[in-house]
Amino acid sequence: METSKQIISELRQALLKWEGYKPPVSGQRGQLGLGPLESVFPNGVFPKGSVHELVCASSEQAAASGGFVSGMLSLLMPPGGVCVWIGRDRRLFAPALSPFGVLPHQVIFIDLLNDKDILWVMEEALKCPGLTAVVCELRDMDFRQSRRFQLAVEHSRVTGFVLRNAAAKPGSTACAARWQVSSLPSAELDGLPGTGFIRWQVELLKVRNGQTGRWILEWQEGQFVPVSEIVVQEERQVG
Amino acid sequence: MQKRFMVIWFRHLLTDGLAKRRHELRELPFVLAAPQKNRMVIIAASLLAERDGAFTGMAVADARAAVADLLVMDELPGQAFKLLRLLGLGCIRYTPIVSVDLPDKLILDITGCAHLWGGEREYLKEIVLKLRAAGFDARAAIADTIGTAWAVTRFGLKHPVVPSGGQAAAISTLSPAALRLEDDVFDRLQKLGFKHTGPLLDLPTSVLRRRFGQGLLLRIDQALGRAEEYREPLVPPVPYAERLPCLEPVRTAQAIEIAIEKLLSALCSRLQAEGMGLRKAFLKCHRIDGKKIQVGISTTKGSHSVSHLFKLFQLQIGKIDPALGIELFVLEAPSVEPMETVQEQLWAEAKGLGDDALAELLDRIAGRVGAQAIQRFLPVEHHWPERSIKLASSLTEQPETDWPRAMRPIRLLRNPEPIEVMALIPDHPPKVFVHKGKRHIVAKADGPERIGRAWWQDCGEHRDYYVIEDNAGQRYWLFRSGHYDGGDARWYLHGYFA
Repeated sequence: METSKQIISELRQALLKWEGYKPPVSGQRGQLGLGPLESVFPNGVFPKGSVHELVCASSEQAAASGGFVSGMLSLLMPPGGVCVWIGRDRRLFAPALSPFGVLPHQVIFIDLLNDKDILWVMEEALKCPGLTAVVCELRDMDFRQSRRFQLAVEHSRVTGFVLRNAAAKPGSTACAARWQVSSLPSAELDGLPGTGFIRWQVELLKVRNGQTGRWILEWQEGQFVPVSEIVVQEERQVG
Repeated sequence: MQKRFMVIWFRHLLTDGLAKRRHELRELPFVLAAPQKNRMVIIAASLLAERDGAFTGMAVADARAAVADLLVMDELPGQAFKLLRLLGLGCIRYTPIVSVDLPDKLILDITGCAHLWGGEREYLKEIVLKLRAAGFDARAAIADTIGTAWAVTRFGLKHPVVPSGGQAAAISTLSPAALRLEDDVFDRLQKLGFKHTGPLLDLPTSVLRRRFGQGLLLRIDQALGRAEEYREPLVPPVPYAERLPCLEPVRTAQAIEIAIEKLLSALCSRLQAEGMGLRKAFLKCHRIDGKKIQVGISTTKGSHSVSHLFKLFQLQIGKIDPALGIELFVLEAPSVEPMETVQEQLWAEAKGLGDDALAELLDRIAGRVGAQAIQRFLPVEHHWPERSIKLASSLTEQPETDWPRAMRPIRLLRNPEPIEVMALIPDHPPKVFVHKGKRHIVAKADGPERIGRAWWQDCGEHRDYYVIEDNAGQRYWLFRSGHYDGGDARWYLHGYFA
């Protein structure tokens, strides 16, 4: 006889499976290297075959989100992998991706003018299984459109990132997670003058079947390094 | 297959062409004249002028005496070819191979085309009636050889369709001029009493060659089909092309889709058999009102996949306006390339930039939003930020140098925006800067990184770049243009770091 607890946990696992979360297969690299961020997702695995949205309130936040996504891409992209970056107005500077570990020539930039075209191209790109990830910069996205993205990636297993610029109060979407990234003052490196490592405050505002959270991350030599909160508090007093 | 040719003779090509443009000329006897040996000679005469007695080759003065109200106009050189070219392009709908025969004829290779119009007689009637309706006095004939068709068009009175193999019978009663002879050969034949071609055909070749040269023999052989004759087609034939005539003119998008699919499957099976991939294709739709609509697609990588090419054409169907109906679809592939057949990989992970699915995706995007929207960048050995990248020419082009490892702003402004700064000490990073009315207090700064201009390309001030972090933690890329001399240095914001 199974106990009710076992039954509930089995049902939960089954639900997750139906929603597209597969438990990590032994022998495969399940962990991405996001540290504590990964543990809040279902099964402790970053959902690759789904769409993540990043809310950016200002152009500074958009830049920070772009950097965070670039870091993610470097973790996601296998050698020789290709990613598509759909932008509204070509502002992204390709050489900036290389310090984040992404080879800029492996990224195809698509420069569009209106949201309608961006949505169409994004959906087509998400259906293409040869890509590793698709990033797009949007003004706004409704639930129906996000559902279409989600359906597209469930077949192709492509990771999608939507940077929602200038969204005052974002409505609900079918995305797997909603992030907000903002810059933080960097810490001094052993008392040396000048700027330190890039530091972000990463907030997971919404996550499907997981726990929300808030972390402080630094980008150090090709990987995300979590920073404990207390240190930052001190830095803030100093800065 | 037995070759069949049709020759169309425009008896008043130049005058008809002019009357078509200037309607008032239709009711007037007029001629076109050009100076020849110090006198004006008629080059072309309209039908009315000929009826009144003004013929081609007459001196204008003589013609004026014969026709009182004769209108004389100057001949435009090169006009005959222009008109014939336009008429020939109009005939492309009847056969793909049309060539111009100056001064006033078109030669059509109609092999295998006439049955689509229900036989050669109907085919000829259709073309001649259409040309006459357009205002051109046209005559035509069909035969196995260009020579015979030419002779019957020019000199034959009836039976414009010469049955296959009936060349000798058709030309035997015609004047020797029907053999397209040079003037002096024709004159000699006239003097010797050859009124018809028939007796010439019976003479032994050695006799003819001795008296009239090889030219006459060649013309006889060409007329009878013993020697080949080649013509340069007006529109060079595209080796990869498919045609689909419709029994009934089609007007609906669905019918156009079916037509495209049929054409593509025929073309693609041929491409596949030859190991070629399509790079560029045009669909030409001939409408019943005589207009031609053309839509095109191009691919980033050779493809012979029907489903993919069909998707690309599907995006273009909206541009095809069928009006009263389309009667002929022609699919041409002017650009093809050999395709490497790769073995299909099981459990293929990301296949990178050479992936077919990626190329197909980009083709679809290019079809919808234009190819200029898709960009891929490669590094250039230049420190100047605007020059440090270049557009890749193809999807698989690899960088020649490594990407620089220096931190660069993730968002670079297209044009640096001027800012106001306050710096405590010259040549130090600023303490405060104001951008678009917003005041940023600088907490940390790196720099300067001096980037000079490429003096061999342009002149101007160098830039001293600073990485600035404000007290909110946001990083900016600022630069000072030129040296710091006494406060008139200009500062700019050039980008945002992540």
